[in-house]
Amino acid sequence: MTPAAQQPALTPTAGQTVGPFFGYALPFPDDEHLVPPGTAGAVRLHGTVYDGHGDPVPDAILELWQTDAAGEVVQRPGSLRRDGWTFTGWGRASTDDLGHYSFTTLTPGAPFFALTVFARGLLNRLFTRVYLPDAADDPFLATVDADRRSTLVATPDETGLVFDVHLQGDRETVFLTYPRH
Amino acid sequence: MIPLAGNAEGRGAPQVAYVRRVTAAPSSPDAAASSQADVSAEIEAISTRYDDRPDGTAETQPRLDYPPYRSSVLRHPTKAPQQADPEGVELWAPVFGQRDVAALEADLTIQHRGEPQGERIVVTGRVLDGDGRPVRRQLVEVWQANAAGRYIHQRDQHPAPLDPYFTGMGRCLTDADGVYRFTTIKPGPYPWRNHRNAWRPAHIHFSLFGTEFTQRMITQMYFPGDPLFALDPIYQSVVDPAARARLVATYDHDETEPERWMGYRWDIVLTGPHRTLMEASDQ
Repeated sequence: MTPAAQQPALTPTAGQTVGPFFGYALPFPDDEHLVPPGTAGAVRLHGTVYDGHGDPVPDAILELWQTDAAGEVVQRPGSLRRDGWTFTGWGRASTDDLGHYSFTTLTPGAPFFALTVFARGLLNRLFTRVYLPDAADDPFLATVDADRRSTLVATPDETGLVFDVHLQGDRETVFLTYPRH
Repeated sequence: MIPLAGNAEGRGAPQVAYVRRVTAAPSSPDAAASSQADVSAEIEAISTRYDDRPDGTAETQPRLDYPPYRSSVLRHPTKAPQQADPEGVELWAPVFGQRDVAALEADLTIQHRGEPQGERIVVTGRVLDGDGRPVRRQLVEVWQANAAGRYIHQRDQHPAPLDPYFTGMGRCLTDADGVYRFTTIKPGPYPWRNHRNAWRPAHIHFSLFGTEFTQRMITQMYFPGDPLFALDPIYQSVVDPAARARLVATYDHDETEPERWMGYRWDIVLTGPHRTLMEASDQ
């Protein structure tokens, strides 16, 4: 334990819903394009966000955070003003009227993408991981109930990877909590 | 007013006069079927059960399953979250710099060719991690309604004026002490369709990054003494009164500038970091 960790921890501020009116504030140009579409090696990570009735959620916003293709964590600014050349590892995608989101990015060298989900009606953010199809034997996945494990693994399609998010219901996505949450 | 039949999702068998009101508005899953009295009774019942909890532990984050906020009914996970130890990228946060955020973006009153209407304010405070350390040079994003309670978002069509000189979106980077500072105008309360005659207390949305992905959060800052607090299911979804009160800024006369603006202070604490601990245990 570090000395800092032995201090009484402060209580984290409560989260609140992103609400319905983030659409003019959080999106920015090329937010969902971590690399320009058409870049050599680019993949599409896309899917649909569903509610407990299986209806699409048209007012969700997702954030992606990932390593570069070599598996290195990127610590470079420039996500909000993309220059088309700097891979920052972070992006943001809003769902459309059909609940669909799409990122253009590189396949990470690490086994998973980290994903955060915000939506109207969702009172706090949700964390999850999008495992690559060939990482299905990852040790963390073995800690997840076998019948829900597949909710954390992307499936390949002709443009890249599909990952649907089910906020609720039979196919509810496994969401994560971390120590100190 | 006769209470209307309806279930938790705002559907039911409303009387005819009421149908006209609902259908006159754009269709919304939030179309109001309950009265404020109904929602307030639900809020009160949840609050009483929380106050009577046997173990006494504080619930400092909002409930995801909070039926008085109708839109949460189908949008909350029903299964307990999976415990995970942060790995790889989760131990780091994206980096933002001066290239991402211009200094002028922290002043929401200078984004157009004229002065926005309303009460000019400064909102400032520190972003700290769970160990009390400042979160340095990290992105803070804010967005809000104008002084009349209207968002520039196209979906907000309620009859309050837009302000041609106010967008209501700002960004800044915290400084070396974790301090953020925005100049803006005080937002107005606004109506929404969670239930009949529902109004949100005035608030500013805040989006925060820590030094690790696991600290990412979005929240809302409120203004002291708002009469709508007790009526608002989003604010009340934080069932612990002390945790709820921490969402309310403090009026700070030292931040008030003569003949210029009123000052508000609001500090934000993110969840505890892991990286220091793990780096230490690696040694």
